[in-house]
Amino acid sequence: MNKEPVLDVEQLKTYFYLDDDKVARAVDNISFSIYPGETVALVGESGSGKSITALSVMQLINKPGRIVEGNILIDGEEIIQLNPKQMTKIRGNEIAMIFQEPMTALNPVYTIGNQITEILRKHKKMSKIDARDKAINLLKTVGIPRAEEIMKEYPHQLSGGMRQRVMIAMAISCEPKLLIADEPTTALDVTIQAQILDLMAEMKEKYHMALLLITHDVGVVSEYADRVMVMYGGQIVEHAQTKELLRHTKHPYTKGLLESLPNMDEDADRLGTIKGTVPPAYNFPAGCRFSARCPFVMEKCKQSNPELEEIETDHFVRCYLYENEGEQE
Amino acid sequence: MYKYIIRRILVFIPMLFILTIMVFGLAQLAPGDALTGQSLADPNVDPEVYEQQREALGLNDPIPVQYGRWISSVAQGDLGNSLVFNGRSVAELIESRFANTLYLGFFSLCITILVSIPIGIYSAKRPYSLLDYGATGFGFLGLAIPNFFFGLIAIYILSIKLGWFPAQGTMSAPGVTGFEAFIDRIHHMILPGITLGLAGTATYMRYMRSEVLDVLGSDYIRTARAKGMSDSSVLYKHTLRNALIPIITLMGFEIGVLLGGAVITEQVFQYPGLGTLFLSSVTNRDYPVVMAIAMILGILILIGNLLADIFYSIIDPRIRYD
Repeated sequence: MNKEPVLDVEQLKTYFYLDDDKVARAVDNISFSIYPGETVALVGESGSGKSITALSVMQLINKPGRIVEGNILIDGEEIIQLNPKQMTKIRGNEIAMIFQEPMTALNPVYTIGNQITEILRKHKKMSKIDARDKAINLLKTVGIPRAEEIMKEYPHQLSGGMRQRVMIAMAISCEPKLLIADEPTTALDVTIQAQILDLMAEMKEKYHMALLLITHDVGVVSEYADRVMVMYGGQIVEHAQTKELLRHTKHPYTKGLLESLPNMDEDADRLGTIKGTVPPAYNFPAGCRFSARCPFVMEKCKQSNPELEEIETDHFVRCYLYENEGEQE
Repeated sequence: MYKYIIRRILVFIPMLFILTIMVFGLAQLAPGDALTGQSLADPNVDPEVYEQQREALGLNDPIPVQYGRWISSVAQGDLGNSLVFNGRSVAELIESRFANTLYLGFFSLCITILVSIPIGIYSAKRPYSLLDYGATGFGFLGLAIPNFFFGLIAIYILSIKLGWFPAQGTMSAPGVTGFEAFIDRIHHMILPGITLGLAGTATYMRYMRSEVLDVLGSDYIRTARAKGMSDSSVLYKHTLRNALIPIITLMGFEIGVLLGGAVITEQVFQYPGLGTLFLSSVTNRDYPVVMAIAMILGILILIGNLLADIFYSIIDPRIRYD
């Protein structure tokens, strides 16, 4: 792709300064780009730093967290040094975000209409009447029946799936260039999950947005993502086109993730698991951050952390197992 | 909504009935009657005379009969006559005092709200700032110092030493009218008002701070920020209304707390309200007055709770009573 990226993240570090002088390196030196119209999945377990990466892009990191280093460019424009007021013109307008919990993500004391129109009035400077018409249209676009009535209703009167549709309507209202969806279907019924994901894919096409899809569901990845980044311990450990990554999985962690998926074609008694848990971000092991759980761990892995290397075209892996492959080719 | 309010008012009736029984019962349980103190005071009067008096006033009748007599006259709006103040009617005694207490309570509530809510919000906006620590310190002091003690100190410093505020009463000169009289009244209410509202101010400040902090950390505030809402919109539109929900409930009880506190505060400032009358009536065993005041306070507390419920449903759409 030779187009300019919508989002360019360069060597981003977001640390949390905890009490007792611990520093949690939640996002530790991450670089990636997202191009217009692309769907990129960010995959990893809970605590791997996926959400913090997204919130860093939105500049919504709360204390004691802080972006320590790095650049974030939206459409080529650096946003790290923008002041809070300038940043409010970007959030919701150029980048929008959808969250995991639709049940709590809407303000309980304001009507749906109020919450959608306020974003239109803020960014598009619409009049009350125009904003109302546009909001009704948006609700219809995201597949909400009785849109006029829903405008006057409160979040508690809607189901989880409906609320997530409202969130999507809000997110696309200003036609952002990039939509970040942080586990948008995790809290929903299985039957609703596919509907919401399809809706997001449809909206992405309709408004020519790029989509950063954060998930821990590899099934979702294979169906919707063009490209996948696997995150572990605040770092990207594998990064490739979706097909390539699923067919030629390299990193032991990615393999572990895929093996822990149920497979209808195989007759297995037990699902695969990855032993242990993600180490806390203030206490990573000295070498490779996955070394304590890795089935292929070598002495070297415990000494130093490997770099993210391009071992095949557009396939990046952070693992000593493939150390020499890139050079041989 | 209207149905709910009407239903709530209907529920009032049995509650009022229970209230009358309690008020009457407590008055009966208290030792002595209006003549006890006087018979001790004046040994020259034959106890026989007092006994005749008791018989004439109906104090020797069986308790249910006395209750029936009292409740039927109360129901007709007749609170009876004072046994001490030469038989003046209770309604007449209470009338002006009641207004004074209401003014003081309302004024104190205004001070409480106007001080505690902005400071609470600011403390939450800048936690661990100098002002936050100051407010926390003041909060602990406000809760720890008893009303009457604070009142005495305030009188000593602000009115006796500095002479800024009058130490007692409701008005300085009887001749003033109009706006001047209003200002004069306010001037007299400042010290008792602050004293009365002190504990409440401290409490609501702390509540407001923790509520705002709580709401600021919630998911929908993150959504509002992600939508690009400005800081002031996030705080005053999205946070404030949610943070006020629990405060409103507490405010309903506050009306009762204020009226109860007024009994002592009014005494300290010699403020001619219900509280001072209540205390003197209790010492004089003037039970018709005591019962009437207790009834009024009880009704005000019930009204306070009703108001809280109504405000609650206005501010929080999840609670619509229909």
